[in-house]
Formats: sequence, C-alpha cells, structure tokens
Amino acid sequence: MKKSLFMGALLALGMAATTLSASTLEEVKARGILNCGTSTGVAGFSLPDANNVYQGFDVAVCRAVAAAVLGDPMAVEFVPTTGKTRFTALASGEVDVLSRTTTWTFSRDVDLKLDFHGVNYYDGQGFMVPKSLGVTSAKDLDGATVCIQVGTTTELNLADFFRVNGITYEPVPTEKSSESRSLYQAEACDVYTTDASGLASARSTFADPDAHMILPEIVSKEPLGPVTRHGDNQWGDIVRWTLNALISAEELGITKANVAEMAAAPTNNPEINRMMGTEGNLGEMLGLDADWAVRVIAAEGNYGEIFENHLGPNTQIGLERGLNAQWTDGGLLYSPPFR
Amino acid sequence: MRNVSFVRSEMLAEQTPPLTSIGVIGWTRENLFNGWFNSILTIISLYIVYSFLSFLIPWVLTPTWKATSLNECREINTALTGHHSGACWGVITERWPQFIFGFYDRSILWRPILVFVLFLATIAPILFERVPRKLFLLGPVFPFLAVWLLWGGSIWSPIFSFLGLVLGYLVWRSLKERVNAVILLLSSIGVPIIWWMFLTEPASGLLAEMIPYEIQVLPSRDFGGLLLSLTIGLTAIFCSLPIGIFLALGRQSDLLIVKVLCVWFIEFIRGVPLITLLFVASTLLNIFMPPGTNFDIIMRVVIMVTLFSSAYMAEVVRGGLAGLDSGQYEAANALGFSYWKAQRLIIMPQALKISIPGIVSNFIGVLKDTTLVSVIGLFDPIGLTTVVLADMRWNGVYWELNVFVALCFFVFCFSMSRYSMYLERKLRKEN
Repeated sequence: MKKSLFMGALLALGMAATTLSASTLEEVKARGILNCGTSTGVAGFSLPDANNVYQGFDVAVCRAVAAAVLGDPMAVEFVPTTGKTRFTALASGEVDVLSRTTTWTFSRDVDLKLDFHGVNYYDGQGFMVPKSLGVTSAKDLDGATVCIQVGTTTELNLADFFRVNGITYEPVPTEKSSESRSLYQAEACDVYTTDASGLASARSTFADPDAHMILPEIVSKEPLGPVTRHGDNQWGDIVRWTLNALISAEELGITKANVAEMAAAPTNNPEINRMMGTEGNLGEMLGLDADWAVRVIAAEGNYGEIFENHLGPNTQIGLERGLNAQWTDGGLLYSPPFR
Repeated sequence: MRNVSFVRSEMLAEQTPPLTSIGVIGWTRENLFNGWFNSILTIISLYIVYSFLSFLIPWVLTPTWKATSLNECREINTALTGHHSGACWGVITERWPQFIFGFYDRSILWRPILVFVLFLATIAPILFERVPRKLFLLGPVFPFLAVWLLWGGSIWSPIFSFLGLVLGYLVWRSLKERVNAVILLLSSIGVPIIWWMFLTEPASGLLAEMIPYEIQVLPSRDFGGLLLSLTIGLTAIFCSLPIGIFLALGRQSDLLIVKVLCVWFIEFIRGVPLITLLFVASTLLNIFMPPGTNFDIIMRVVIMVTLFSSAYMAEVVRGGLAGLDSGQYEAANALGFSYWKAQRLIIMPQALKISIPGIVSNFIGVLKDTTLVSVIGLFDPIGLTTVVLADMRWNGVYWELNVFVALCFFVFCFSMSRYSMYLERKLRKEN
C-alpha cells in the first residue's frame, strides 16, 4: 500500500502537470473544500478547540471565504503553518488562502510575490517588562535581554527600534510565542515583545498580572490580513471583497441575526441591496452567485460581531477596538463601496 | 604437666551476628554510613532528595483534575495551600483525547485502537517465543489493513495492493528453479510494482463500483498527537531495519556500483540533520512538484524519517558485521554456502545479536525524533502543546503538558529498552 501510494503520487504528479492552468476558484469548487493556511495556535486568532473545531478571528475570514465560494462555512481544511513554512505553503499551492496574523510589508507583497487583500487587524509591536525592572519607557531598555520569536517582523522591528535609538539589546531567540512567554515568566529575559494584541492577552493569563507592565511605546505598524498568491486576480478579488463585505456589513448594520431578513426583500438602502444581491449583479461579476455576501455574513456575523466573539472585551483576551473601529467611529476600517 | 584449660574441647555454638551488621541496620551501615566520608555524602544526598520531593509531591498531588481553566486551578490551589504553585491537571482531563488521537474523528476512535491492538498481535510472535506461531500470518496482511483502517476508503484498494504482494510471491515460487538469482529478484519485485502502478487503481475502482464497500475517509491533516508520532515512528522503525541491513551489506559488497551507491547514500543522509530533511519534505518538495499536487504530507515525512533512520541503522549493523570473526565467513565459504544463504544462516544471526543495543537505541531515537515534525506544522504531542497554550483558559500551563507528553513517550521508549535487555539475556543463555 505504501508503495502503491508512492507510485500513485508520482502518477498524480504527471497528471497534475497538465491541469496547471485551472484557476484557484475552479480548483476550490472542484475540490469542494477550501485549503486555508493558519497558525499552529495563536490566542484569539486561530486555534483548534477541545472538540477539534478551529476557532478565531483569522479562522473566521477563511470560513467567510468558504461560505462565499462553496456555500458552507465549515468546508474548510485548515493547514497549520509555522512562521517559516507559511509562505512556501502558499506559493506551492498547498493552501488557497493564508490567514495567519501575517503582516503586510513591501518585500512580502513585492518580492515574495504575494497579494495582500486588505487588513483585518491593525496591530503594532509593544514591550512588556516586569515592574520590578523599574523601566517606564522602551528607550530605557539599553542592554536588556529580549525574548523574541524568530522569522517574524517582530524580530526585524526590534532591531530597527534599538538601532534608531542607539541602544543595545541581547536577543533570546525562540521558535514559538508560547516559548517566549514561558521564558519571560521564568525570568530568562527582561523583556517580552510581540504585537500589542498578544501582550495584553499574555499578561491576562499570568499568575500576577499586576507585576508586569506594558510600555507605552508602539514601535511598528503591523497591518495583518489575508494573503493569496500573485497571478490569480479573480481569486484575489473574492478574498478582498469577502473581507470588505464583513467590514461594510458592520457599517451598514447588517448582522448575523438580520441578514436573512435584509436579503429577503429589497430595502430602501441601495448599497445593502447591491450587497445582498437583491439589486444589480455584483455576485456575477465576482464569478459567484447573487447570495454570496449573505452567506458570508451568515457564517459568523459581520466584522464587529467576529471581533466581539474572538477578541473583544467580553472574551478573556479583552481587546478594545482601538484602531480597528470603523472609520465613522474614529478607527481605520474603511471598506470601498459596493457599487 | 599439661594445662588443658587453654584448649577448647568442643565447638562454640553458632551465634547470630550482632544486630548492627544484619537486616536493615546492617545494610544501612554497610552501604550508607560506611566511614565518615560516605556518611556525610549520604546525609547530603538525603537532604537533596528530601527537598526535591517535598517540592514535587505537593505540586503533583493537587485536586485540580476537574478544573476548567488555569484560573480555577489557581483558586483551588490557593484555597488549599495559600499560594498558587500547584499543578493544574484539568487541562489533561479536557485535552487528553487530542494528545492521543489528534483531530481524528471522535466517533470512529475504535479504528486507531484496533490498529494498535492488531499491531501488538502482529509483533508478538516476533518478540516472544511462547506466542502461537500462527500469528505470523498477520504479518503480511497487517500493513494493508492498518493503512485502510487508519485512512479509510474503499476496501478494494488494500485488497488489490495486497494481491500485488501475493503476485510477487507466486512469481518467485514459479521461477525459483528455472532462472538465475538476478532475474528472479528483478521479476519478483518488478511484477508487483507494475501491478501497483498500473493495475491496482483501475481494478479496485472497478470493483468498488460493482460492490461498493467503504469506510469513512480521514485526511492526513486529522492525524495528530501520539497517533501521529507512532504512525511515523513505528513505520520508520519497521522499514528502516531491513533497508539498513541491505545498506550495510551493500557497503561491504565487492560490487563497485552497489558499494558506491550505498556509501554515498549513508554518508549523505548522515551528514544532514533530520530537521533539514523534514523541511525538504514539507516545503521544497512542494515547490518542485507541479502546483495542485497533493502528495500526502504524512507519507512525505514517513519516507524522510525512514531514509534517515536507515542510514543510521546501516552503520549499526555494519558495526555488528565488523565484530564477527573472519573465520565465520571462511567457514561459510568452506561449507559451500551461497552468499545469501551464508548471510541468512551464519552471518546475520550473529551480527544482529551483537548490534541489538545499538539497533534498539536507534529505534528509541527515531520514535523521539518524530516530535521534530512540529516545526513543519504537524500536530504531534509537542505541537499540540502550542494549540492548548493558545486557548486563553489554559495559557500558562507549561509543565503539566510537557510532563504528560514525556510520560507518553517514556512508556514506549522504556518498554523498548527493557525488551532489548530481555532479548540480550535470552540470547546469551542460548549460546
């Protein structure tokens, strides 16, 4: 059987070479399942729960895409990737879309030939130190030992920040964020640094959260968002507008609860009608059916609801909306119009 | 005059030894307080053991098995002792099925369990002499049955794959007396390969349409935890021993090409860290292969781990071969044995016996090395700890998870090591 599987794989290799040209959309539809690259466990963003069901903020994006394309938010195969393997997994076609707290940067977009489709979370890197260290600003951290996850933008930002301020640090490299955290708690390093969202949630799980403080400096811009490969613009459009539909739905007041009602008959707001497919043919332009956005919102609700369920103040992670509020509320979320 | 009073005329009755040199006290004096230096060492050691245990035992024995979050554990421990430095075992209660079976569908857990039981039944006659010999018949069937039970699918594809094996055997039987050894070997390996490459899929597909019988298919991504480690580890262990033996023989061969190939293979694989091979399996292979190809990730990892372990096995077996007296080879030649017959009856039984400790420590190493797959994003028990830590309720439970994983591995590694000691003792007696 082993041999026959191996031979089968070689054969499949030969056959697959002929089907190279099929578009991602067709491939996903033929497969009936969306391959979504996700993390091996980031609190609030993507993790399998005790019943083996993936949960989280990044996971919700993939579920929304699956709902739009396949009509079933559960038709997703989550492929766990590490910081090192995520881009190869995407480039090689192992995953159709990567939704894994991935920062949108110039070199990733241009040099790695990836397409970023907007931002689902605006983050920034911060520092956490024990209060006993007596430090109140990140600029006082000269000579500190810093626990840092390798292969991430965090590592590069850290080097930049210390160089700009002319101070030195000693890195303690780790493979995973959980490792960084346990080293920090074991006092193997003075400073724990990661995205601000991670700092707050990490501190809330410490035995004595009050003994630690998050320094006021946010030293980087970390726009996180879903990614696809260069070269398949139709597929890119689907991912981009799925995300935009989630954001617009919050702005327009379409929720998981009322989406069926809004889609049943045309309302007096033309943009809602265009999104819900009761007016115009936006779905058709995207290569999907008219109801695609209805399913996207029915999956896990609009952006605000997803945020509330996975990251919001009522969860243990307890993040405020901050930069991630709608532009009408003073945040940065701004979806182009559905027209 | 003889003064007889100095001469004892009868033996003194035997007396029991003084209380200080028998029993517990005697043993203690003899072994622990034998001189002032040893007494001081004993006291220091006792103190170290005491301070270690007085920390460990209260940490382990906490009534937190029913807790549903780390904070609840901390409350329970604080209420009990006044501080929160106790273990939090609730996480194990909640997550142990995930650590054993990964994401395997919970409703069909009987399948991996059955495979494990069958596996034990299959290796029992190899390990112990007293087990009924009939169980040997399970050997050729087991790999096909296990793959079918674990991954699911149509019953016909394992049956037809198995028929390939039968076909190879039949070819070997019928040609044995008629052709020379090389043609015999090539044809009895070649025919099944042709069968597997070109006939298995269509034939089993056809039968599956006529008489459909299928069990639920499980993708490789659902494998995780100890199930994943054992699938990779045990497959690699059982494939690497024969491959390693052939590589070791090839390295000592007089045939130039065979020898050069074997040496290159062994030296190349041994010169590369396993983690590099795993990265090749997970990322590079994907780039070389056309997009959309889905070459099963577990299969890729199994192949890499097997190759890796075979190279090491070859060197262990070569050590055994080198340990044999050249008289053994000469005696085999003098008796007119063919090369393979000599290997089978004289050389290998002795060489393998010498190499048992090396072989088994290699096995143990392979099983533990499977935890490296967490770096390529597979959820082996170590990879799963990250998953659990990402759950906010358990964020911060490091020791308990690692202790649990360590215990799981210890059971397997320790039993392998004990078995090898048993085997060595048994073989020594027989000589």
